[in-house]
Amino acid sequence: MSLFATFNSIAFVVIMMIGLYTLIARQNLVKKTLGLGLFQTGIFLMYITLGVRDGGSAPILQEGADLAYSNPLPHVLILTAIVVSLSTMAVALALIIGVREEYGTIEADEIATIDRAEAEEGHEA
Amino acid sequence: MSDPVLLINVILLVIAVVTAIAAMWTRDLLGAVMLMGIYSLLLAIEWANLFAMDVSYTEAAVGAGAATILLLTALTRTGIREKAGPNFHPTALLTVLVTGGLLIYGTADMPRFGDPQAPATVNVAPEYIAQNVGKVDAGDDGPENDFGDHVPNTVTAVLASYRGYDTMFETAVIFTAGVCVILILRPLSPSARRETAQNQEDA
Amino acid sequence: MSDSVVLRTIGGMLFPYILVYGLYVQMHGEIGPGGGFQAGVLVAAAFILHALLFGKELTDRLLPTWLVDLAMSLGVLLYIGVGILGLVKGRYFLDYSVLDPTHPAHAEALGMTLVEAGVGLTVASVILTMVRKVNGESS
Repeated sequence: MSLFATFNSIAFVVIMMIGLYTLIARQNLVKKTLGLGLFQTGIFLMYITLGVRDGGSAPILQEGADLAYSNPLPHVLILTAIVVSLSTMAVALALIIGVREEYGTIEADEIATIDRAEAEEGHEA
Repeated sequence: MSDPVLLINVILLVIAVVTAIAAMWTRDLLGAVMLMGIYSLLLAIEWANLFAMDVSYTEAAVGAGAATILLLTALTRTGIREKAGPNFHPTALLTVLVTGGLLIYGTADMPRFGDPQAPATVNVAPEYIAQNVGKVDAGDDGPENDFGDHVPNTVTAVLASYRGYDTMFETAVIFTAGVCVILILRPLSPSARRETAQNQEDA
Repeated sequence: MSDSVVLRTIGGMLFPYILVYGLYVQMHGEIGPGGGFQAGVLVAAAFILHALLFGKELTDRLLPTWLVDLAMSLGVLLYIGVGILGLVKGRYFLDYSVLDPTHPAHAEALGMTLVEAGVGLTVASVILTMVRKVNGESS
């Protein structure tokens, strides 16, 4: 019972950490973006869990009914955060497309190698 | 286990975590994007289960719809294969274990799932649900509306009224992101294109 | 994808209904679940579906790029305009009660509707623009 009652606070950390691991361990820029998105959904889970209330219902008022409503504030914050996360992801993808056109690859380590080679060429010239 | 909300919550989250691991594990970017779409759909059901209807709507439309389309469109221009490499990364594992351990240690003090005495439920939520802002002198002269001068959806009320500034700048952020995408992906001007061609000839 | 008869027929039938549903979510946001953010994404999804099924050229004729760019800024300007109206009438920024001084509750509802319309307009056009740009269409 106690594990189930605190399950969400462990689950959101697990989801965030899967995202963080991908962000560090993988070199592919698109994969890094996906990991960042996963990290964000972990935070969404934490916020929505905080708004839940035993025997609660959706925070949509009903005339004459005495219900225990969930806290609407986390819903508002996360609702806007989801749309903003889509916008930031679009900017990231646009930059990745630019990187691909410039370097011909989207692997971070290969890009670093190309940059280093170009810098050495510059020194010699 | 008497509470169905908690039971469904746990089942959905276990499936979601497994889907997330699969999405991050695979080297096929196309498969990863599709798995992330499934993950978003699972989360949309999870939000509906946790009574966050508006968030569920948005997650289903954004996560499973718009984001998947955007990623698939981007993949057509970046390639769908990820370079093979080691899955084990000691630095990443150490960082994740330390950060995750600290976060779980920190969440030990958080209220249990659905605690009616949780600070978030006790302190500000009743104020938002009562919706007293702007209703100080709702006169008797006007025609009576169905909901006692309240906007029934408290999420919209908080979004557009209590946090009007926040939503305004949130909209500005989205607008700025749109302008950024237009500027980053704009076609090169003829002079810039000539310059790039010149550089490539020199190299 | 556009060579599949089944997809084109079903998608063509769905397109107006998705648009109407988006408008319903937009206008019904104060009463049920929904609002500008959700409606914006739904409307954008309808046009993306249209572009996938019938080609970009037809969607561009239906909804030219300059119109989408205009809608993008008009949404933000509508939101800020409602805020500045409060200042002009001598009240606070984003004070909705100036919209209907005789009945503050109605002014509140009207203000929320206008603001949500601004949000919906911006979100729909920005998402549509993003998909178009990432797809490599020039304006």
